Amino acid sequence: MNSARQPALLDLRGIAKSFPGVHALSDVDFTLHKGEVHALLGENGAGKSTLIKVLTGIHRRDAGTMHLEGQPIDLHDPADAQRLGIGTVYQEVNLLPNLTVAENIYLGRQPTRLGFVDRRRMARDARALLAGYGLDIDVNAALGDFSVAVQQLVAIARAADLSARILILDEPTASLDAQEVATMFAMVRQLKAQGLGIVFVTHFLDQVYEIANRITVLRNGRLVGSHATADLPRLDLVRLMLGKELAEIESADHAHGPGRGGLCASFRDFGKRRYLAPFDLDIHEGEVIGIAGLLGSGRTETAKLIFGIERADRGEVLVDGASARLAAPRDAIALGFGFCPEDRKTEGIVGELSVRENIILALQARRGWIKPIPAAEQKRIAEEFVRRLDIRTTDIEKPIELLSGGNQQKALLARWLATNPRILILDEPTRGIDVGAHAEIIRLIRELCGRGMSLLVISSELDEITVYSDRVVVLADRRHVGELRAAEISPRSIMAAIAGTDAPVAQQERPA
Amino acid sequence: MTRHLKAAAPQLAALFLVLLANWIVFPEFFHIRVQDGRLYGSLVDVFNRGAPVALLAIGMTLVIATRGIDLSVGAVMAIAGATAATLVNDGHGAMTAIAAALAVGLLCGLWNGILVALLDIQPIIATLILMVAGRGIAQLITEGQIVTFVDPALIFMGSGAIAGIPMPVILAFLALCVTLFLYRRTALGLLTEAIGINRRASAYAGVNARAVLLVAYAWCGLTASLAGIIAAADIKGADANNAGLWLELDAILAVVIGGTSLFGGRFRLVLSFVGALIIQAMNTGILLSGFKPEFNLIVKAFVILVLLLMQSGASGALLDRLALIRSRPRLAPEGKEVS
Amino acid sequence: MTLIRSLRRLLAATALSAVALSAAHAEDLTIGFSQIGSESGWRAAETKVSKIEADKRGIDLKIADAQQKQENQIKAIRSFIAQGVDAIFLAPVVATGWDAVLAEAKEAEIPVVLLDRTIDTPDESLYLTAVTSDTVYEGKVAGEWLAEKTAGKCAIVELQGTVGSSPAINRKKGFDEAIAVHAEMKIIRTQSGDFTRAKGKEVMESFLKAENGGKNICAVYAHNDDMMIGAIQAIKEAGLKPGSDILTISIDAVPDIFKAMADGEANATVELTPNMAGPALDAIIAYKKDGTVPPKWIQTESRLYLPDTAAAEYDARKDLY
Repeated sequence: MNSARQPALLDLRGIAKSFPGVHALSDVDFTLHKGEVHALLGENGAGKSTLIKVLTGIHRRDAGTMHLEGQPIDLHDPADAQRLGIGTVYQEVNLLPNLTVAENIYLGRQPTRLGFVDRRRMARDARALLAGYGLDIDVNAALGDFSVAVQQLVAIARAADLSARILILDEPTASLDAQEVATMFAMVRQLKAQGLGIVFVTHFLDQVYEIANRITVLRNGRLVGSHATADLPRLDLVRLMLGKELAEIESADHAHGPGRGGLCASFRDFGKRRYLAPFDLDIHEGEVIGIAGLLGSGRTETAKLIFGIERADRGEVLVDGASARLAAPRDAIALGFGFCPEDRKTEGIVGELSVRENIILALQARRGWIKPIPAAEQKRIAEEFVRRLDIRTTDIEKPIELLSGGNQQKALLARWLATNPRILILDEPTRGIDVGAHAEIIRLIRELCGRGMSLLVISSELDEITVYSDRVVVLADRRHVGELRAAEISPRSIMAAIAGTDAPVAQQERPA
Repeated sequence: MTRHLKAAAPQLAALFLVLLANWIVFPEFFHIRVQDGRLYGSLVDVFNRGAPVALLAIGMTLVIATRGIDLSVGAVMAIAGATAATLVNDGHGAMTAIAAALAVGLLCGLWNGILVALLDIQPIIATLILMVAGRGIAQLITEGQIVTFVDPALIFMGSGAIAGIPMPVILAFLALCVTLFLYRRTALGLLTEAIGINRRASAYAGVNARAVLLVAYAWCGLTASLAGIIAAADIKGADANNAGLWLELDAILAVVIGGTSLFGGRFRLVLSFVGALIIQAMNTGILLSGFKPEFNLIVKAFVILVLLLMQSGASGALLDRLALIRSRPRLAPEGKEVS
Repeated sequence: MTLIRSLRRLLAATALSAVALSAAHAEDLTIGFSQIGSESGWRAAETKVSKIEADKRGIDLKIADAQQKQENQIKAIRSFIAQGVDAIFLAPVVATGWDAVLAEAKEAEIPVVLLDRTIDTPDESLYLTAVTSDTVYEGKVAGEWLAEKTAGKCAIVELQGTVGSSPAINRKKGFDEAIAVHAEMKIIRTQSGDFTRAKGKEVMESFLKAENGGKNICAVYAHNDDMMIGAIQAIKEAGLKPGSDILTISIDAVPDIFKAMADGEANATVELTPNMAGPALDAIIAYKKDGTVPPKWIQTESRLYLPDTAAAEYDARKDLY
C-alpha cells in the first residue's frame, strides 16, 4: 500500500533480536508515517521495550532491515539515532533535575558567545520553544522544582527540538493525572500536525483511542497485528494483546467476599501529626478493604502508618484484642502484616538480587539471620510462586531488575505470600502493569481473601476498586472522610465521597 | 562451582599473570625450601606479607557490601598492635594481650558501626574520625615509641609456623573461613547484600538494617585488629606511627580488584582475598626486580590500571565486539521488500 | 599499668592542650620551646633530653606540643612573646611561612634558635642560630666505617628512607661519597623501606632471596635503625647470622639497635643525637651573659657507636626513648 505514496517515514522489516536464552523479537515489521501517532502495545515481555531500544540504537538488531524515508539505516548507538532525527522520552524523566529548564533543553548544545555559554540567549530560546507549546514556566528554575508532568513536557520539547522526525514516547503518561495527560496530548497533536511520526507506548487503552491513528500489537516478541485505530474495537484489541478470551479476565461481576470473618486487627484513634489525621479502622479476616482518594490524599500514608514505616504518635493498635507495638516494619511483620509498596523500584525490589532471593527475603528476615532457609527450600518456595503467580522469568536466579514491571510486582507479592501474612497491604498493585498481569493480580486478590487473608488495597482505578472491595475507605486531604460498604460501592459513590457530598462529581475517568 | 570459577576468572588470570611476571624477572620465584621449620621462598613471602591486607580486605568487603567504607582499619591495626605489645610488656600473658587487642578492635568497629547505623553519619566521614584519632590513641598507648617485646607466644603470631606454614597465612585463611561461615552459611550475607543494594526496600521487607550494619563494621574492626597483632608480632614491636599506615587504601583496592562494587551489594570474599594477594605479588615482584625505588609507585599504578581495565565493563564490551567481528552473524539480505 | 597511665596522659594532654609543662625551678632564664609533636621515638626523646638539659642548667623550659601543625607553633610562639620569655626554641614542622611570627619575636628582642631543622627565609637575622645535625655527614661516617671494616671490598644492599625525603637523599649521598673511592665497594641493591621496621623487614626478605639466599651480600646499610631492626629479623629468619654473615651499619642510635649490638646482631650505628637543646642552651647562656653571637649553624656531633659500648649505651638511653 505504501508503493503509491511517498516512502514511509520509518519502515522496519523482519527485525529480530535475541538475548541469551530469549528471543526478544522475531520477524517484526513496523511502519510509521509522517504525521501519525502510532500506538505500540503489548503485555509486559511482548517486546515493546526491545523494539524501542533497537529503534534508538541501544540494541543492535540481529536481523532485518531499517529504512528511514526510503534510505537504509544502521544504528550503532543512541547518538546515531539522534543524528537521524529519532528522539525518545521515557516514563522516568532522564534529564538532570538540578539544572535549569533551559540548561536541560540545550544540554550539550548550548548557544555560545565568544566561547562562553550565552545564558541569556539560551533562556530566551527555551522560553520561546516552550511558549510554542503553550507552556509558560520559569526556564531559569531548576527542572526538579517542577512536577513530573512539566518535566515530561520539557523532555518532549527537548526531544522534538533535537530530533524533529520521529518521537518515541515510552509510557510518558504513567504518572500523570487526567489534566496533565490532556496538556501532554495537546502537545503531541501539535507535533503530529508538524509532520512528526510519533510512536506511543502506554498501558492506558483510553489514551490509545483518544490519540492514536494506528495500533501495532506485539506478543511474545512477535507481531500480532497492525490496524487503524478506527478499525479495531476495544474488545478486539484486548483479545489481541492477551491472546485469550476477554471473559477470562472480566469474569462475573463483583461477588462480595465469602462474608466477613472475625476481627483481626483494629486501629483506634491512630494517626500522626502533620502526616495523617487520626482514624479508626477494623480489619476482619477474609475482607478486602479498598482505599481510595486522589493522589496525596493520604492513601499511601495510611499504609505506611499501618505497616510501621512511619511511627504513629497517637492512638493504638489491637491485634487479636491485645495492644501491639508498631514502631517499625519488623514489628508489623511480626504481627503478620505485609506491604507491597507503590514505588516498586526504590521501596520494593532489591534489584541486583535474584528472583529467588527477593521472594524469600521477608521470610528470611523474619526467621532471623542465624536460621538460613536451606538452599533447596528456597528453590522450592521460589519455584512454587513463580508457577502459581505465573512470574515470567527464564530462571529464578535472574536478577529481578531484569524482569518486566508486572513480573516484579508478582515477585513482590510472592515475597509476602511466602510469609503467609494475615493482613496484606497492596499500594497501587496494578500501576504500570499491562492488562494481562493486571487481571491476574485482581484474580489473585480475590483468591487470597477467599482463603481468609485480609487485604488493604490502595488504587487510583475506581473501576478496579469497585470490583474487589468489600468496603472502601475514602480519603481526602490526609483524612479518612468516608467508608462505603457492599452495595454502596460504585465509582460514582466513591467520587462523590472524595468530592464531598455537596460538590458535583467530576466527569473524569481517572482520578489521581 | 563452575559458575563460581567462571566469575573468578579475571582475578585468577591476573594473579597468574603477576606471578608469571615475577617468575620472568626472578627465575627462582617459585623455589621453596624449609628454613627453621618454616616454608621459605618468595612465593611464601607473597602469602605471608599479603596476610595483613588480606585480613583487612575481608572486613572491608563486608563494609563495602553494605554500601559503606571503613577508612579506619589502618589506625585500628596500630591500636591493636599497641594494646597487645603494651600488655605483654606489663607482664600479662600473650593470650590476655591478644584477647584484649581483639576486643579493642571489636570496640573500634562497633564505634564506627554506631556512627553509621544509629547516627546515620556517612561512612566515609564516620570512619575518617577514627582514622585520624586512632593513630593518636595508638601513640598515646605506646607513648610515641616503638614498643618492642620478647614474649615468644605473641611473636609466634607473626613469625611462627605450623606444619611449615607461616602463622599470618594460617590466621588469614582461618579468618576467611570463619567469615565465609558466618556470612554464607547463615543468611547474614544475603541480608548484607540486600541492604547494600536497597536499604529502604530491605527494611520494608523486615531486614534489621542497623544490626546488619553494626555486625559488618564490628567484624571489620575485628579483622583489622588481627592484622594489627600480626603486623606487630612480625617486627616484634608495636610501631604506632607506621603500623597499617595507608593500608586502608590497599584493602579497598583489594576489594575492588576482587570485583565487589564500591556501590555495595554483591560481595565476593574469596576474590577480595585474591585481590590482596595480587597486590602483594606485585609488591614482592617490584622488590625482587631491582627497579629503582622511585619507580615503585608508577609500576604499581600501571599494573592496577591494567587490572581494573581487564574487568571493567568497557573493555569487556570491547572484547565482545572483537569477538563479534570475527564471528559476525550474517544479516538478512538488504532490500528484502515486503509489500 | 601502662595502659592506664596512657589514658591519664590522654586526659592530661587534653586539659593542658597548648602551653604546658614548666620545669621545676625558675632561675634567671625562661625559654619557650615550640616542639613539633611526638611523631617518633626520636622526637619524644628529643623532648625528654631538652627538659633534662634545661634542668641541668637551671633554666625554666616551657615546652608546647604543636601536634604536627604549624598554626599551633605560631600560636605558641606568640604566646611565648606575650609572656616575655628570654629566648625561643623552635623545631619547625615545615620550612616556610615563619617570617611574620619570627619578625614579631625579633621586634620583642627575643632570640630564636632553630632545633633539628632549618627554615627557608630571605632574612637570616630572624634567628640567632640553628642547631642541626649534618645528615650527609652521617652517611659519610657510616660509609667510612664500612670501608675500613671490610678493607674496601664489599657488596652492599641499601635500605633507603622514604623516597624523596631529605634525610634519605642526604644519607645516601654521604654514603655514596665515602665508598666511591673504593673500587670494590658497590651497592648491589637499593630499595625504599620507608623508615619503618615492617618495610625494612619486607625489603630485606626480598634482597636475601634475590641475592642467592643472602650469600652475595657482604653488608646492609640502612638509613635508619628501625629499618635495620626489621632487616636483622629477616636475616635471622633466612638462617643467616646478622653481624657476622652479613654486616650491618645504620643511623640514628635508638636503644633497640644497641640491644642488637649487645646481642652481636648488629655492628655499628651513627648517632643522630636527640640532644639539640644542650648546645642551643649553651649558646643562649653565652649570648645573654656577654653578648657572644654564636655561628649561624651549630652542627651536632655524628658519633659512631660500636658493640663494645652497646650495653652501657642501651642502659643510658632506654629511658629517653
